[in-house]
Amino acid sequence: MDDRQGGNAVQLEVMNSPFDEKQARLLNELLASMTETQKIWLSGYLASSPVLSTKAPEGETKEREETETKKRTITILYGSHTGNCEELAEQLSQTLKNRDFQVTVSSMDDFKTKNLKKTEDLLVLTSTHGDGDPPDNAMTFYEFLFSKRAPQLDGVRYSVLALGDSSYEFYCQTGKDIDLRLEELGAERIHDRVDCDLDFEEPADLWKEGVLKKLDEQSASSSDRKEQVTPDTAAGPVYSKANPFRAEILENINLNGRGSNKETRHIELDLEGSGLDYEPGDSLGILPENEASLTDELIEEMGWDKEMSVTITRDGEIRSLREALLSVYETTVLTKPLLEKVSDLTDNEELKALVADQEAVKSYIYGRDLLDVARDFGPWDVSAESFLQILRKLPARLYSIASSSAANPDEVHLTIGALRYEANGRSRNGVCSVQCAERAEPGSSLPVFVQKNRNFRLPEHGSSNVIMIGAGTGVAPYRAFLEEREEREDEGENWLFFGEQYFVTDFLYQTEWQRWKKDGLLSRMDVAFSRDTDKKVYVQDRLWEQREEVFRWLEEGAYLYVCGDESRMAKDVEQTLQAIVETVGNVSTEEATDYIKGLRTQKRYQRDVY
Amino acid sequence: MSDKQPGPPSEMEQLKENSDYLRGSLEESFREPLTASIPEGDAKILKFHGSYMQDDRDLRLERKQQKLEPAYQFMTRVRAPGGVATPEQWLVMDDIANKYGNGTLKLTTRQAFQTHGVLKWHMKSQIQEINEVLMDTLAACGDVNRNVMAGANPYQSKVHREVYEWSKELSDYLSPRTNAYHELWLDEEKIVDTRTEEEIEPMYGKWYLPRKFKIGIAVPPSNDVDVYSQDLGFIAVVENDELQGFNVAVGGGMGMTHGNTDTYPQLARVIGFCKPEEIVDVAEKIITIQRDYGNRSDRKNARFKYTIDKRGLPWVEEELEKRLGYGLDKERDYHFDHNGDRYGWTEGDGEWHFTLFVQNGRIKDEENYPLMTGLREIARVHEGEFRLSPNQNLVIARVQAEKKEEIEALIQQYGLTDGKSHSALRRNSMACVAMPTCGLAMAESERYLPTLVDKLEDILDEAGLREEEIVIRMSGCPNGCSRPALAEIGFIGKAPGKYNMYLGGGFTGNRLNRLYKESIGEEEILETLRPLFFQYAKDREEGEHFGDFLIRSGHVKAVESGLDFHSEVNL
Repeated sequence: MDDRQGGNAVQLEVMNSPFDEKQARLLNELLASMTETQKIWLSGYLASSPVLSTKAPEGETKEREETETKKRTITILYGSHTGNCEELAEQLSQTLKNRDFQVTVSSMDDFKTKNLKKTEDLLVLTSTHGDGDPPDNAMTFYEFLFSKRAPQLDGVRYSVLALGDSSYEFYCQTGKDIDLRLEELGAERIHDRVDCDLDFEEPADLWKEGVLKKLDEQSASSSDRKEQVTPDTAAGPVYSKANPFRAEILENINLNGRGSNKETRHIELDLEGSGLDYEPGDSLGILPENEASLTDELIEEMGWDKEMSVTITRDGEIRSLREALLSVYETTVLTKPLLEKVSDLTDNEELKALVADQEAVKSYIYGRDLLDVARDFGPWDVSAESFLQILRKLPARLYSIASSSAANPDEVHLTIGALRYEANGRSRNGVCSVQCAERAEPGSSLPVFVQKNRNFRLPEHGSSNVIMIGAGTGVAPYRAFLEEREEREDEGENWLFFGEQYFVTDFLYQTEWQRWKKDGLLSRMDVAFSRDTDKKVYVQDRLWEQREEVFRWLEEGAYLYVCGDESRMAKDVEQTLQAIVETVGNVSTEEATDYIKGLRTQKRYQRDVY
Repeated sequence: MSDKQPGPPSEMEQLKENSDYLRGSLEESFREPLTASIPEGDAKILKFHGSYMQDDRDLRLERKQQKLEPAYQFMTRVRAPGGVATPEQWLVMDDIANKYGNGTLKLTTRQAFQTHGVLKWHMKSQIQEINEVLMDTLAACGDVNRNVMAGANPYQSKVHREVYEWSKELSDYLSPRTNAYHELWLDEEKIVDTRTEEEIEPMYGKWYLPRKFKIGIAVPPSNDVDVYSQDLGFIAVVENDELQGFNVAVGGGMGMTHGNTDTYPQLARVIGFCKPEEIVDVAEKIITIQRDYGNRSDRKNARFKYTIDKRGLPWVEEELEKRLGYGLDKERDYHFDHNGDRYGWTEGDGEWHFTLFVQNGRIKDEENYPLMTGLREIARVHEGEFRLSPNQNLVIARVQAEKKEEIEALIQQYGLTDGKSHSALRRNSMACVAMPTCGLAMAESERYLPTLVDKLEDILDEAGLREEEIVIRMSGCPNGCSRPALAEIGFIGKAPGKYNMYLGGGFTGNRLNRLYKESIGEEEILETLRPLFFQYAKDREEGEHFGDFLIRSGHVKAVESGLDFHSEVNL
């Protein structure tokens, strides 16, 4: 192996690549002879080539048992909703490959479950969705794992990384479930599961280090080569979550007419020079800032000095306390673990009593923030430094992109619903959404990055028909889809279901849909405005009304997309879908469930729900 | 028809012909869920059903930026012949306005109700609820005979009743016969109509009239219906408390087009007298003359007044006699005192009537003036009727002596005003709707006139003219819904904040005014009227009205006929 080629020097083999032996040999020879610049050029060329199919032809995904290497094969499986686990899995895979491990990586649902018993080292990275449910692309695997068909896994070694949000009751539940189940099936845990909150980066790194150490120790031939990162010298700075791009705001308008209960912002951002690239279905992450007035009040309430310097990272980065509380730490969401940690920092009996009472905590944290805690349980005698230690990092907010880059080169558009409500005597604002509504004038900028979402993609073929279902801001990615399909002159038909409260004020992007309907790009559009009539009508009701047509479209191969609120929409849509297949398809409940599962497996039923 | 026409039929004539007797594609358009609008052609046909598609013009630009279509909505006009409505009907209109509309009702200058801001999806329910109390919106707009007006006259109840009955009879007889209205709004089954044109629309035919047609009946001495502004006016002749019949006046009309001197307001002229029982026959024959001879090529020149002015009065008289089979009698004497309303309680024939001042006919609740609520409460106990006056006011009519106290108590409770606390100018003021809903408006009217009157009142106070009755009217465009050409002081909108000011109209609605200043704003309006008011206060003769004074003092040359409305303008 050639040291000169650093991280790319992994040998292609039948086992770790989609190529056959001959192809792998030729490629290895070719790659060995190439300079770094040539490789960068080639990867760009292949990535943008229109003939490149993202799917391997049927039957070519090889998962051969025989292995000639001395090392054990590592299987990385992820369940990812917003793309965080997927990205972590890809990074981990790269690191392992750089250390000469044999690695396969895929989403849990893309993994053939019959191969589970043949795995050797299994690393699972998964997020948790809604009420402790697995993400969409892990559902089938998860069911299999908990079914009677799950094999004994003696000899399999594993570890789990769980991502979640501690403000939810079933925090990291899917990770916990899988971790316990694998143990139950006889697998050997080589590293303890790590549960990560919204600011997952640091604990995820720690898990990765721990796992690597275990694998290195136990691997038959440990490589002493250090991990090397390939700097992408040709493309300038690479913007990411860790290094976001400051995108200038070009436009920021309220899409809701006067008198609406809602405020939905349409924001256009300038990506020129960022090198950021996105596809319809992707999300844009924004690193928000807390409200200045809340931050100042918190500092005052705690009796701190807002100008004092504090350390914000393990590397010792320094900020003023005020800056840290504005843009580094989360101060608007309370969680049970946080309250517990706060109570450890004070002698306040009332707080200690509260924390001891499970139910009381649950009701206290709803609709309250750190400022409430500061006010309710003072006086305080705690240093800012130690208080910051227990805070979560301010998480980035992800928004489904509402534009196609083909139609809007160097721009990205977002559709953001401003979240405002009254609770406990104070008006409360969503951190990012209200920042975008009130403190994001055109001309100013926002730190952003692109979050890929491979689980929400237009069909591979332009001739495929799509059914898009979205309520409220859930309509955003469909604007991107239609712009894209218009640009590509796709021949497939497009059918949109949209729901909101009032026709007159809440018909988001109304004139654009009208134009597309008139031009024929949008073949059909059904709308449901729930507050316009006595009887509340929702998208799933419209779906049901059109059941014959919907089923016909599905039978003819249409792709179906659902985007928006999970608990208030996506679940009902799925039930309706189930009822449609059952009724129109005239099949049993079980068969209908399988039908929908089948759609999911074929990627013809994709969801982007939150 | 072709030999009588100056050119090819206008687009509207095609539209009517192709509409299958006012159906068009309305049914389909009202089902389309992606827009609150309907296509232009259907919007034109919809007028015959009593509704205009409009949008909130205040929001047009804003909504365009918000990627929203204009705030489309519908104005609906409900016919009330003679302006008479029962308390039950009043309550339904009130309910509809709050449930489907913008929470207000407009009493129109033609004694109809208007709701504003009704969404497309509520139109059917609205019309059905109106229908349930035996009212309709059919032919409230469009190229047909419109709501038939009759004096609200609270003095002579017996004559009023008779005149009202005739107005109803005219209204019914002259309504379109097509079943389209019933099919579209009232869910009547659609049947394949194999009848001939004569059977479906015996009077109108498939082209209906060339333009709208307006009928009003005045009962002297009140000319509240502005009988001279009507295409066809009837003037009741009463002797010894008995209705003898009607003088017949033809060819009045207000509408004109800025910058087109071929268009002008005109006064109706009396051509004879008919007996009460002849009124429907006379009306029908006159309408058929207009049907056959009216201009179907140029809609701006299509009203009956132009048909007559082109051929002369003798021609109409001759044509009418031919169609009637008998001639009209000689015109009888009559005399008008005023065209405004007389406010407060009056007694007539043993019943009591309260005329309420309603600024610009707008019924709504304001912070310090719960007019809509007050009237709702009155309607709940009232056993008589309501009369919408042609001056956009409201008469709580036919109150029995024993109920008077109860009604009066409610009037007091809600502070409803007979207008006596206002200046006489305000009591004689009238404005059309205009902005933000009327698509034709070039300037504000209803929303602005009260403010202008505030400022004029200051001058009138100074000049000691607060109690002097002066008729002032404003319209947002030259179509003249508020009949501005008959006012002593008239304003017609030209552009936002700019008005043509007309002076010298007759106090009884008997003389057109003349353009005095063109395209002026508020400051110039006040500057111009101020010296005229002071001069009037100083030099008027006893009982002399402002319009007459301006003529006598030479400030304005009297307009004798609409034909010289545009000549000798004092600019």
